[in-house]
Amino acid sequence: MPNHPMPNLHPVAPAAPIAPATAPRPVALELRDLTTVFPGDDGPVTVIDGVSLAVRAGGTLAVVGESGSGKSMTFLSALGLVATPGRVRRGEVRIDGTDILHQPPERLRRLRGAVISMIFQDPLTALNPVFTIGEQIVEVLRAHQRIGRAAARARAIDLLARVQIPDPVRRVDDYPHQLSGGQRQRVLIAMAIALSPRILIADEPTTALDVTVQAQILDLLADLQAETGMALVLITHDLGLVAKYADDVAVMYAGRLVETGSMEEVFTRPRHPYTRALFRSIPRLDGPVDEELPAIEGQPPNVARLPPGCAFEPRCTVGRGRADCCTRRPLPLAGDRSGHRSACFHEDLPDRKEAAR
Amino acid sequence: MTASLSAPPPALELVDATRVFTRRRGLFKTAGKAVRAVDGVSLTIRAGETLGLVGESGSGKSTLGRLALRLVEPTSGRLLVDGRDVTGVSKAEMQAMRRDIQMVFQDPYGSLDPRVTIGQSIAEPLKVHGLWDGDGPQKVAGVMSLVGLDPSHADRYPHQFSGGQRQRIGIARALTLDPKILVLDEPVSALDVSIQAQIINLLQRIQRERGLSYLFIAHDLAVVRHVSHRIAVMYFGKVVEMAERDNLYRRPLHPYTVSLLAAVPIADVRMRNRRRTSVTMGEIGSATNVPPGCRFHPRCYRARLVAATGGVPTERSGDALLPRACLIDQPELRSCGGTDRVACHFPETPETRSEVATAVLQDIGYPPIRPIPL
Ligand SMILES: Nc1ncnc2c1ncn2[C@@H]1O[C@H](COP(=O)(O)OP(=O)(O)OP(=O)(O)O)[C@@H](O)[C@H]1O
Ligand SMILES: Nc1ncnc2c1ncn2[C@@H]1O[C@H](COP(=O)(O)OP(=O)(O)OP(=O)(O)O)[C@@H](O)[C@H]1O
Ligand code: SF4
Ligand code: SF4
Ligand SMILES: [Mg+2]
Ligand SMILES: [Mg+2]
Repeated sequence: MPNHPMPNLHPVAPAAPIAPATAPRPVALELRDLTTVFPGDDGPVTVIDGVSLAVRAGGTLAVVGESGSGKSMTFLSALGLVATPGRVRRGEVRIDGTDILHQPPERLRRLRGAVISMIFQDPLTALNPVFTIGEQIVEVLRAHQRIGRAAARARAIDLLARVQIPDPVRRVDDYPHQLSGGQRQRVLIAMAIALSPRILIADEPTTALDVTVQAQILDLLADLQAETGMALVLITHDLGLVAKYADDVAVMYAGRLVETGSMEEVFTRPRHPYTRALFRSIPRLDGPVDEELPAIEGQPPNVARLPPGCAFEPRCTVGRGRADCCTRRPLPLAGDRSGHRSACFHEDLPDRKEAAR
Repeated sequence: MTASLSAPPPALELVDATRVFTRRRGLFKTAGKAVRAVDGVSLTIRAGETLGLVGESGSGKSTLGRLALRLVEPTSGRLLVDGRDVTGVSKAEMQAMRRDIQMVFQDPYGSLDPRVTIGQSIAEPLKVHGLWDGDGPQKVAGVMSLVGLDPSHADRYPHQFSGGQRQRIGIARALTLDPKILVLDEPVSALDVSIQAQIINLLQRIQRERGLSYLFIAHDLAVVRHVSHRIAVMYFGKVVEMAERDNLYRRPLHPYTVSLLAAVPIADVRMRNRRRTSVTMGEIGSATNVPPGCRFHPRCYRARLVAATGGVPTERSGDALLPRACLIDQPELRSCGGTDRVACHFPETPETRSEVATAVLQDIGYPPIRPIPL
């Protein structure tokens, strides 16, 4: 980050338009029909149900959706990191066209970190409390590269500086508990980019950061993308970040994709009633403050007991109580030529006003 | 501020609270440099009021929240609850006070015992305070559904829940004792916007019904605006601005507050292509190596503008020209008309507002630019 002597008084030039569709970049990561189950009291529970997604080299896919809808689990599944007794039941995870899911564990371990890496959602549990943060970064580097201790330590300090950890020379010897929540989050980011992966899965990478640091970190990731063609999957609840950084968006509900498309399409013409309700819930800097925020009424779904039809039906202001929505098989994603797809029987119907409190 | 004799004392008051962490390093445990995580902060929260707390990552917000419960002890300063000085009371007495002051932790996973079912976790405060009786299980089920958790999941373990679900467990746990003051450390940042809206509506409803006070720590400035009556902005262990809600967003005084407002990502496609005013610059400071003078000067656009305009004594610092005051005098928190207070030598008052601040206010919608109806 250059240290500008003067503030930029001039408006920032708009971000360069997304590369024209004439020469689409190759797909870096593709998930096909990924399905993950956990044993439950009455048989297996499907927490991820037939998720198919693709991210292009240099591109950014934002994954949004309800808390508990399976965003983290989708990518833990893709990396072969589902905790037992869960398991991936079906599907493929292709990197450069080769399925990695059925590779021997040792090979998968080598791919993780070097080719595909993930910033985990939970900064405290993802760091080992008994080692300093420097030791943990050095460990990552030395597990994959031939690099001496001193060089690795210097590189660790350099990485901490890149993620804006103040005073990295000193901080490299801190233990995780000595750092604030946001500092821990940045240490995880440093570890994830240490090996310059081709694909980075960032699971809520900036939730603990103030907005100025958040912007610097995401700009750093965008710079890495421009430099190295890294593909980025950004799992986030912050729809402002999606608008600012994503090329494509995938919306999840109850373990399934309910809408996918380009960011512009999904933001300007959200189709699925869940997506529409989600956008309405965003608190705005210029919104009314004396009214309740428009939340989606009702309980989040229990994936162990999903209705036979659309999982959103009990809460949907369009389809609630419609026999076709609650009894017919859930719809697969379907869409138009622009690639904007959604899974709803009645996406052309407006939301019923009286139901949307 | 002198309260009239009849006015009830604030629910919570911190007077000049300071917490210094000394980090020990190396084989011989030589004392490392001290971190003044919270540096002389005074604030009050009235009954039924929400004080929002925003600020840079590492600026001491969580530490301040913990100080309010004496989960970390202040190095100096005083803590008053309902007008009573509890800075020196025994640990046992403080434990009893915690029935009235509860905290929702930033890291819901770290604060839940992985070997204990969540039903037991939520019941624990009741048991600790000897309030567990025949109604216990029903109370647990009640708070679980209150925060949108399925009560039939009470026998599950924390790892079986998603990040956002764990956050709701933390909130349920804090509510079981029916406290008077809640310290909420980023209670909704792990939640999707719809559940976030549910939780915020819930917290506000409980506040209206029970007159609860909240210290609400968050990064999302739109959320903070929605829930807070007043807002404190922290930078490097100090409160740099303390203002009524609407004033903070319409007339931000401190250049750091303006920088925060400038960096808010707005969920609107047009923002991607529309011009945005950029004010971020420079490196984040370090708590072990606090800049002299105003702590914000290495990153402050305002200081550079003021120096360039002339009329004040200036000095070079690196490649920037800054007012000398910013480099040597630490500004105190002071009023600049009205009840709002700011710690800056050249605050962005409406009369002296810079071009940068004006542009930022326009970007975020003051005066409002209508959003696309969805
Ligand atoms: N070990 C487990 N056993 C059983 N169910 C699990 C387990 N781990 C996760 N789940 C379930 O899988 C579902 C998906 O969880 P996941 O963590 O992917 O959600 P998420 O979309 O990332 O949510 P958040 O936004 O809150 O992080 C949740 O319903 C969760 O309860
Ligand atoms: N136990 C500790 N030992 C040493 N230093 C600590 C300790 N706890 C916090 N600190 C330091 O105190 C400062 C303030 O930390 P705190 O967690 O209060 O920040 P915060 O404002 O909550 O940040 P965030 O927004 O990232 O959560 C940080 O520099 C942190 O490294
Ligand atoms: S399928 Fe029916 S219930 Fe489901 S989202 Fe569409 S309208 Fe609503
Ligand atoms: S005192 Fe000077 S450096 Fe500090 S915020 Fe004000 S103008 Fe900026
Ligand atoms: Mg998650
Ligand atoms: Mg914190």
